Amino acid sequence: MSAFSAIGERGEVEREEFTPGMEPQPTWCPGCGDFGVLKALKQAMPEVGRSPDEVLLCTGIGCSGKLNSYFESYGFHTIHGRSLPIARAAKLANPGLEVVAAGGDGDGYGIGGNHFVHTARENHDMTYIVFNNEIFGLTKGQTSPTSPKGHKSKTQPHGSAKSPIQPLSLSLTSGASYVARTAAVNPNQAKEIIVEAMEHDGFAHIDFLTQCPTWNKDARQYVPYIDVNESDDYDFDTTDRSEASEMMQKTEEALYEGEVLTGRFYVDSDRPSYGQEKRAIGEMPEEPLAERYFDEEYDWERSHDLFLDKHK
Amino acid sequence: MTDDELIWRIAGGSGDGIASTSQNFAKALMRSGRHVFTHRHYPSRIRGGHTYTEVRVSETPVRARGDGFNFLLALGDSFARNPSENAYYGNEELKPLEENLDELREGGVIVYDTGLLDASEIDDFEERAEENDWHVYPMDLRNMARDFGREVMRNTAGVGVTAALTGMDLNHIEDLMGEAMPDEILEPNVEILHHAYERAQEEFDHTHDVAVPGGEHDEEQALLSGSDAIAYGALDAGCRFIAGYPMTPWTEVFTIMSQNLPEVGGISEQVEDEIAAAALAIGASHAGVKSMSGSSGGGFALMSEPLGLAEMSETPVVLVEAMRAGPSTGLPTKPEQADLEHVLYTSQGDSTRVVLAPGTPEEAYDQTRQAFRLAYEYQLPAIVLYDQKLGGEMTNVPASHFDREPNPDPGSVITEAELEDAPHDATGKYQRFQYDAEKGVTPRSLPGQKDGRFLVTGNEHHQSGHIDEDPENRVLQMDRRLGKFDHISADLEEEDNQTYFGPEDAEYGMITFGSQQGTVKEAVDRLNDDGHSVRAVSISDMAPFPTAELAEFLDGVEEAVVVEMNASGQLRGLAQKELGRYGEKMSSLLKYDGEPFRPDEVVEGFKASIDGEDLPGQNTKYVPAAGD
Repeated sequence: MSAFSAIGERGEVEREEFTPGMEPQPTWCPGCGDFGVLKALKQAMPEVGRSPDEVLLCTGIGCSGKLNSYFESYGFHTIHGRSLPIARAAKLANPGLEVVAAGGDGDGYGIGGNHFVHTARENHDMTYIVFNNEIFGLTKGQTSPTSPKGHKSKTQPHGSAKSPIQPLSLSLTSGASYVARTAAVNPNQAKEIIVEAMEHDGFAHIDFLTQCPTWNKDARQYVPYIDVNESDDYDFDTTDRSEASEMMQKTEEALYEGEVLTGRFYVDSDRPSYGQEKRAIGEMPEEPLAERYFDEEYDWERSHDLFLDKHK
Repeated sequence: MTDDELIWRIAGGSGDGIASTSQNFAKALMRSGRHVFTHRHYPSRIRGGHTYTEVRVSETPVRARGDGFNFLLALGDSFARNPSENAYYGNEELKPLEENLDELREGGVIVYDTGLLDASEIDDFEERAEENDWHVYPMDLRNMARDFGREVMRNTAGVGVTAALTGMDLNHIEDLMGEAMPDEILEPNVEILHHAYERAQEEFDHTHDVAVPGGEHDEEQALLSGSDAIAYGALDAGCRFIAGYPMTPWTEVFTIMSQNLPEVGGISEQVEDEIAAAALAIGASHAGVKSMSGSSGGGFALMSEPLGLAEMSETPVVLVEAMRAGPSTGLPTKPEQADLEHVLYTSQGDSTRVVLAPGTPEEAYDQTRQAFRLAYEYQLPAIVLYDQKLGGEMTNVPASHFDREPNPDPGSVITEAELEDAPHDATGKYQRFQYDAEKGVTPRSLPGQKDGRFLVTGNEHHQSGHIDEDPENRVLQMDRRLGKFDHISADLEEEDNQTYFGPEDAEYGMITFGSQQGTVKEAVDRLNDDGHSVRAVSISDMAPFPTAELAEFLDGVEEAVVVEMNASGQLRGLAQKELGRYGEKMSSLLKYDGEPFRPDEVVEGFKASIDGEDLPGQNTKYVPAAGD
């Protein structure tokens, strides 16, 4: 019998179950794009069909890091930039969990950039939502890794001399097997993309455009947006790496010219997830490790029996 | 003079198989009933460079390097850099012979490979040999190896000559070669071994008086290192997840775990950096698996922030820190004990961590198990602090020491059945951080358990886990977390981790920790044999610190010398901080040249502390007690 009976109980799940019983008042500013992520995530859950007890939502630091304060599930509000290594280890420890990580653009593409590259490379079976508002919000408006070149802020008084990071292209070259961009102002597409990302067996990265009405007033509200999968103006194959790559670059450049392109950019459903790869080479057990500590029948190995002979 | 022990030093270059040859040599002697202890010296370099391993062989238990050595096997360095008179690193080709002469005892034996070394190039070699009564046996080991097999087999030839000159049987060496080598390599090696043995018997007139001592064990022994013991302690504590990034000398533990975990259905992850490594261990532990990570100084510095998160989020995790000489990259392959303060205090805020510093492989095994037990019972990080010396030196330990039941207990964890009646708050969350929890610890629920949902955060938080900046809550939660240490102190008292040497009513004291334990013990034995009255304590519990126990020790002695391998007297500083007095009683004996203390250096340091004389020109430093 499983010690984690919530896992695997698929079926009817209501959106309301993901709203805390006594909802804490979000600390986000009025008009913040973060509300859009919370809403889309809650809406996605009934379609994914997993209960709050099955979900582990790991967040970073920043306004986005408070997501799990307002979303009912197991939550781990970690430290700046480190949600991914914590989340992916939890998935390895108990693969039955639905693991989601979330954080801002500074958190994921700046301080946590190394983890982003490597988690994508390893293709862990999890979803990563990056709240991309092109600014550091909670620390009051400093230039972020996605701020446009020339962006002025208190810490870049003469305008940023740096070109912004290209999150979609970085994700693709790093090895993510599902890459999408959506926007807070487009809740239906956002919900659909979150559902697909959670159902995807591999690392699914969502660059989620979230307007910051307080510190990034100059930036657009990410409207109007165009869905590249539906628009007749764009024709590319999301399963083809080079076509996806070209489309991503076009999209990343367009954003800074005022054109908001969203949608699925790359989907590779064939690539095995990291857990599958690890199991295939015998470096990860078939049964979830977390269960073993509750298995009273398990015969725990001893180094005295297994390893001491070679020292004699 | 007659030595009642053999201290065999095999010297050559990195990559020449010095480590594996010396390990087999030590194991062969262990199998024949002797006690052994190894001491390594190697550069941060893959190929070439002055490298040696000493194997100290004794009839009685031995847990320290000796004062110098009495048998040198000088092999060539296959990868020596081009010698040039003006090169600041000197003539590397000669180093296996030349660099080792200073510590060779009077009456010692020198076997050197004439195929690669020319003693006539060394200044005053013959004069020095005569002056020191060294017995020199030159032999062309390289050509001998070539004749039967390949040049790299000259190590085997050297062992054959050693056996012939020290009265050692070849059977155990042969057995060990048979266990490790495939037939095509085994055959020529066995031939070389016998040929070298016979030639050394026939060609040399044995004038020396150095031999393998007698000995017999009363129970079965295992030859292992501190790194082996830490890894086995972790495995037997039910650790099934490790994440790490390579760094000398921590890599040893990481390697042993990575090789063994798949065999027991565990997971090892080599990741992008040490921040990730510590974070992964926290993530796996949060999900319910007993987990560890570790590193050495620089890598451990990167773990500071995840370490603080483990403290604030009350996530159990075990970290190991293998000290090497710092600051920064320092001396990458040399031991030091200068990360004590780093490990105790790194990361922002007031620390809530357990730090244990074992001094022997037995303690390393026991205390790694304790670290897991304490981390998981009290929901906090526990650190095992050791160094390059303890990690890499090998010694024989009774195999029965490891014959213990495993302890896979996940500690303070709630079950789904218990969750049904457990307190939940109005948001539906399990009250994971209850103010009035027994011993300050609320059993944790695990993701995936029904109705166990909770939020955990590095922010200060309320009982439910939600972020809370209320001053009253802040104080309650801080006091609860810090209050665990009253219980941990009482718990550790029963473990009795401090080790004492010498008579209880001794006049003087010595205090040390970690890898210097064996050396200090030997020094204390010698001093007491020599008419002094000295008692020593080797401290393992660094946090929480055994304050009352150490106060009692200090009350019993006139003065105490704190012996540690660093430049600023970190253990002495810790003791003074924790005790709040005794500053006038504690002096320091320090060493930070990249080499561990020799027993005679501790003896001399103690004498200097008593009679106020200067230390005899060694790389040790004496710092008097406050007010002296």
